[in-house]
Amino acid sequence: MSDTVSGLLTIGVLVAALAASHLPLGAWLARVFTDEHHWRVERLVYRLCRVDPSSEQRWTTYAVAVLGVSVVGIALLSGLVVAQGALPLARGAAMGWDTALNTAVSFVTNTNWQSYAGESGASPLVQTVGLTVQNFVSPAVGLAVAVALVRGLARSGGATVGNFWVDLVRGCVRVLLPLALVGAVVLLLGGVVQNLGAPTTVTTVSGGSQVIQGGLVASQEAIKLLGTNGGGYFNANSAHPFENPNAVTNLVQVFLMLVIPFSLPRTYGLLVGDRRQGWAVLGFMATLWGLMVAAVTWAEVSASVGPLGAMEGKEVRFGVWSSALFGASTTGTSTGAVNSLHESYSALGGGGVLFSMLLGEVSPGGVGSGLYGALLLALLTVFVSGLMVGRTPELLGKQVGRREITLTALALLVMPALVLVFTGVGMVAPIVSSQMLATGPHGLTEVMYAYVSAANNNGSAFAGFSADTPYTNLTLALCMLLGRFVPIVLVLALAGALVAQRRRPATSGSLPTHTPTFAGLFVGVAVVVTGLTFFPALALGPLAEALS
Amino acid sequence: MTNVIKQSVAGLRALLVLTVLLGLLYPAAVWVVGQTVARDQAAGSLVSVDGSVVGSSLLGQQWSGDQWFQGRPSASGYSGETSGGSNLAGSALGDEVARRADAAGLTVGAVPADALTASASGLDPHISPAYAVAQVERVAAARGLDATRVRQLVGAHTEDRIAGFLGEPHVDVLELNLALARLTAIGRG
Amino acid sequence: MTPSHTPTSTTVTNPSADSAEVTLRGAAGAMAPRADHGRRPGTAVTGPSPEAGSGRALARQLVTSVPEAVRKLDPRHVWRSPVVFVVWVGSLVTTVVAVADPSWFAWAVTLWLWATVLFANVAEAVAEGRGKAQAATLRAARTTTTARRRCADGSFETVAAADLAVGDVVVVRAGEVVPGDGDVVEGMATVDESAITGESAPVIRESGGDRCAVTGGTTVLSDGITVRITSKPGETFIDRMIALVEGAARQRTPNEVALTILLTTLTIIFVLAVMAIQPLAVYSGREQSVVVLVALLVCLIPTTIGALLSAIGIAGMDRLVQHNVLAMSGRAVEAAGDVSTLLLDKTGTITFGNRRATELVPLDGPVDGGHDRSELTRAAYLSSLADETPEGRSIVELAGEGLADNACDDLATLRRRGAAFVEFTAQTRMSGVDLDDGTAVRKGAADAVCRWVTDAGGVVQPGALEAVESIATAGGTPLVVASRRGDETPAVLGVVHLKDVVKPGMSERFAQLRAMGIRTVMITGDNPLTARSIAAEAGVDDYLAEATPEDKIALIRKEQEGGRLVAMTGDGTNDAPALAQADVGVAMNTGTSAAKEAANMVDLDSDPTKLIDVVSIGKQLLITRGALTTFSIANDIAKYFAIIPAMFVVLFPGLDALNVMRLSTPQSAMLSAVIFNALIIVALIPLSLRGVRYRPSGSTALLRRNLLVYGLGGVVAPFVGIKLIDLVVSHLPL
Repeated sequence: MSDTVSGLLTIGVLVAALAASHLPLGAWLARVFTDEHHWRVERLVYRLCRVDPSSEQRWTTYAVAVLGVSVVGIALLSGLVVAQGALPLARGAAMGWDTALNTAVSFVTNTNWQSYAGESGASPLVQTVGLTVQNFVSPAVGLAVAVALVRGLARSGGATVGNFWVDLVRGCVRVLLPLALVGAVVLLLGGVVQNLGAPTTVTTVSGGSQVIQGGLVASQEAIKLLGTNGGGYFNANSAHPFENPNAVTNLVQVFLMLVIPFSLPRTYGLLVGDRRQGWAVLGFMATLWGLMVAAVTWAEVSASVGPLGAMEGKEVRFGVWSSALFGASTTGTSTGAVNSLHESYSALGGGGVLFSMLLGEVSPGGVGSGLYGALLLALLTVFVSGLMVGRTPELLGKQVGRREITLTALALLVMPALVLVFTGVGMVAPIVSSQMLATGPHGLTEVMYAYVSAANNNGSAFAGFSADTPYTNLTLALCMLLGRFVPIVLVLALAGALVAQRRRPATSGSLPTHTPTFAGLFVGVAVVVTGLTFFPALALGPLAEALS
Repeated sequence: MTNVIKQSVAGLRALLVLTVLLGLLYPAAVWVVGQTVARDQAAGSLVSVDGSVVGSSLLGQQWSGDQWFQGRPSASGYSGETSGGSNLAGSALGDEVARRADAAGLTVGAVPADALTASASGLDPHISPAYAVAQVERVAAARGLDATRVRQLVGAHTEDRIAGFLGEPHVDVLELNLALARLTAIGRG
Repeated sequence: MTPSHTPTSTTVTNPSADSAEVTLRGAAGAMAPRADHGRRPGTAVTGPSPEAGSGRALARQLVTSVPEAVRKLDPRHVWRSPVVFVVWVGSLVTTVVAVADPSWFAWAVTLWLWATVLFANVAEAVAEGRGKAQAATLRAARTTTTARRRCADGSFETVAAADLAVGDVVVVRAGEVVPGDGDVVEGMATVDESAITGESAPVIRESGGDRCAVTGGTTVLSDGITVRITSKPGETFIDRMIALVEGAARQRTPNEVALTILLTTLTIIFVLAVMAIQPLAVYSGREQSVVVLVALLVCLIPTTIGALLSAIGIAGMDRLVQHNVLAMSGRAVEAAGDVSTLLLDKTGTITFGNRRATELVPLDGPVDGGHDRSELTRAAYLSSLADETPEGRSIVELAGEGLADNACDDLATLRRRGAAFVEFTAQTRMSGVDLDDGTAVRKGAADAVCRWVTDAGGVVQPGALEAVESIATAGGTPLVVASRRGDETPAVLGVVHLKDVVKPGMSERFAQLRAMGIRTVMITGDNPLTARSIAAEAGVDDYLAEATPEDKIALIRKEQEGGRLVAMTGDGTNDAPALAQADVGVAMNTGTSAAKEAANMVDLDSDPTKLIDVVSIGKQLLITRGALTTFSIANDIAKYFAIIPAMFVVLFPGLDALNVMRLSTPQSAMLSAVIFNALIIVALIPLSLRGVRYRPSGSTALLRRNLLVYGLGGVVAPFVGIKLIDLVVSHLPL
């Protein structure tokens, strides 16, 4: 069997598995966020948290709750990391204060950028009690925000967008935990380790020595991917054989990254009472994902005809196809886990995974964040195309007026602004350029990739860039914070503005947002806006490298 | 302001409660499953020779000497302390590959790609069947074994794509070398 | 007020800014001839007449607008459009650079950047200029007026119209100009309202009722009236018109604001993207000149739509004026595009307003003696001869067709012969005639005529009641005709079918509205039966029968609660609350001032079907904005392909592969993009004034078409345009 057939079959199996899970998981998610009843364990949690699960919140309270749990999360996690040396299971792991802060921000913002190496930076206690917890909480926050926005569209003339604590706890308990348990057991059976052993040095067969690491990897690995987190237990992330030992676990990992983001359009369709809307968003996400997988695969397969076979930075067990599939999926989902080194990709392959993030993490995006990102772009698309049919633009009968377009435009402005400003500064600041591994256009891409990854809450890296300096740690943390929470607050404000509107009935004069024409325009807007914003930078980075 | 404090306190409580559930109970549950149904995998698929652990079948090792099948170049020398790759690309990668080829006495273009490229993890346990076959003559000569016998061994340790289509065909170098050592021992014995 | 009252002034075709003698109608007429009002269903709103669209007229407008455009270079003005302001700042920067470090390239770019700003101002000035001429005439009418005010002691004093206060009572005699808006409190007069409406036929204004409103600036032709002033000086109808046509009161509409926010955001993104280029370029080894960066920035930001946005808005309002509709706010015009429910009065809008006889139904089979069709026809004819109501005349018309010429005696002949006509009264509810030969004919409400028959010992055949019933069921009005020959007992001859006649073409028009997603609801005082039948015939989606003003408001509220925007027309004082409640309320100019005050639009032609045009204009306004925004953004793709390779090809020769247009030199490539960017504004001024063509159709089809034309066209056009300009630029001896 040729690599091409094998690669296509792999993608085929993945798509089939995603298609099979789309309907049930989408329906389950919709039920989770509309259910009137609370599970017993949830009631216990609410009682311990002293929150009233039956009360609904306005968007402002909802936003304060999101920010509250996140700020507290950053404080707790950075405290835990700083103190890890004095806590049990320390095993010599340590981080500087700036690295600790960067790490805390990174995991709370669902970015999971790692300025440290897992083997030496984080103790098993930090990995489980700190990082694993945020691996659950941060995607649950994303889910909650997305659901709040959908409620804004679905409810007519209301004032509240839901109860954040209920959404958060349900996201963790009913969605992420059960799926993570199943995923962890599958990975465990596939060979992913799960032990409390300390690193042990063994004498190898030919007389050398090797350190064999231990750790509660399988449990963290499953939620790392399922929650589109991406922070690896080990430095090499999903390239490490203990995290991702074979082609089956690799496929499972890709599936876990994509399964919730690709199911959320269904949830959206169900919650707004029009499944066709869900199909349109799914079509949008799937098209972009398909395009990016095709582009990265094409670039890497083209590069593999050379004497190096495009194998630098790739594992033999995955080869080019499964590496490219993983690369496009991890950058399209804001996961940021890697099973191969993006920096060693061909110029266009590396440009491809970079572009995949530049789309704004909507192909299909992170858990929750992908859906609200896509809906922001839908509102933008609706605004321009709605005018073209001669009506005040509306999405699902909610008008996109001055307030709505302001919030949408600002939310979409955050990421490009962060990327352009910090990349620009970085290219001329010796404090940054001295940390680059590569030179020329590839060095430019290295720095740009770091800020794109942070601002998009992706977390993958052109890992040659040594980001563990106070300046980069802090600027990247700032990008992660602003890139995550400014859009979240704006999205919640948007939810508040939308929920207050009465839903107008659709007439043949209103623009249907479920047609192929609209979905096509939707994709076009995402690609053109991204392309126009970043074309100069891409021209000086990947394009200059590829065309020289 | 009171709302900010109220919600933040709720956030603190929620995080503490969830830490118990997700940070302690969840990993523990998976650990229990591992200890019951997948002890070997959970421990790291360790390989022992004569009762002492010599490595993991999932981790590549550094092999010194022509008598061993060589793994891929590793940016970390297979130390296992910190995993990772070279992160090189473009002309810098070209220079590095030329250096690796010199050190290994290989010619760029004349050997399979994995012979001269470093993996992402630095712990890649595998090489391509082509690279294994390319090493047969050298290993057989160093060990004084019949090349055909060694080639058969490589064939026996070549794993096809899983289920016929997943991943790439590969040879686990540790397992091949252990089999090779056994073969040599038999041959001598 | 000289020639402006004469019909000839409506043919003045020079709407240029300095022509003070053009009346509103004249100026409007120049752009949209009167023929507009004969617009039939299926005609798309296509904007102004060929006159205004013709190259020469527009070119003249463009040239005459240049001085105004130069005045608008004032930063305080430019600031209003963020996109144009960025170009303005950019031009200033390149000017400084060009002065400090002169080169032909720097100067050429600088020149074209200033041209870009200027073109944006020209677009606005042209649009505004069209209103100025109208305003000038109106203002003349206002300022020359004096008023005779009644003092507390009953005497009169002469004061300037501008000094009148609300509540003042003034006397206006024949030949005088009404000094301000008000209601007639005494008297009746014919008034020439052509200054406002352009309609030269005088109208009657009288105290009380729905025709009591007079407008300042109109002229009393005969008799005299006493008027109570209802609006403050400076806020009269004519003042509002002046403000409107001049654009002085033009506030940005909600959608315009929203679009400006989006354009501003895009501008910020491009400012950041271009600013980020410099450090990246420095790192890559080649600093870029400020001129090049500014040129790139100006090409990327949405200058096309930014420059034309205010012109589109002004032109949209102007198009309404051309249709003789005055919108009190731009918000209302936009809302018109969103209307999803249209409330139309049956009478005068859907039907001709009068019931007409459509059929004469003789009773089946002779009952006692022979009644046949000809007898019925003649009886119907005779009984209606003296009936001057439209219904009566329509019976005469219908019956007259069925009679031989010699049977058609006229009224005078019959009177001479001694026929006595019985007039319709509310008590008898029938009319008829007693002829000299003793024959008596009666026609009227079924029960009244039947009683007339039975009282005289006659018998009403069951067939008569069946016929009455079936006509009533069909929504018509049955009139029973009976006669008595000499001393015989009277008998019913048959039934006349009176029916509301739907105007031709209405059902097509409603089908068109349905395609646009608009539901029409017919409002009528008729009973539900009649209403249903007319609704079915006219093809409206729904009807409100036996409607009271309260019912109307309730209906509007109900529709609005369902999230629908409602438009309606009205003229009477009792319509005012409903007009105010509706999202788009169009008052007839003939209506009361209460109605006009409550409405957000006034139709000077008092044509209720105009609402449909108003909706189209509202949609057209939004479509034009959307189309040019799409076009503007789509243009950027080609500009990147022109400029980016030109900037960096020295650094990375491989980037020449991106120079897909094969532009000759980096300088000519950049300059060509800048020139294209400036010229496209001028090229699109006619479109933005005229509006994008709007054909009522389903929204997806509309979107697909506009995407194809303005999206795909926007991608392709600059590739061609920039290449052509490059061919010219590269052959210049530089």
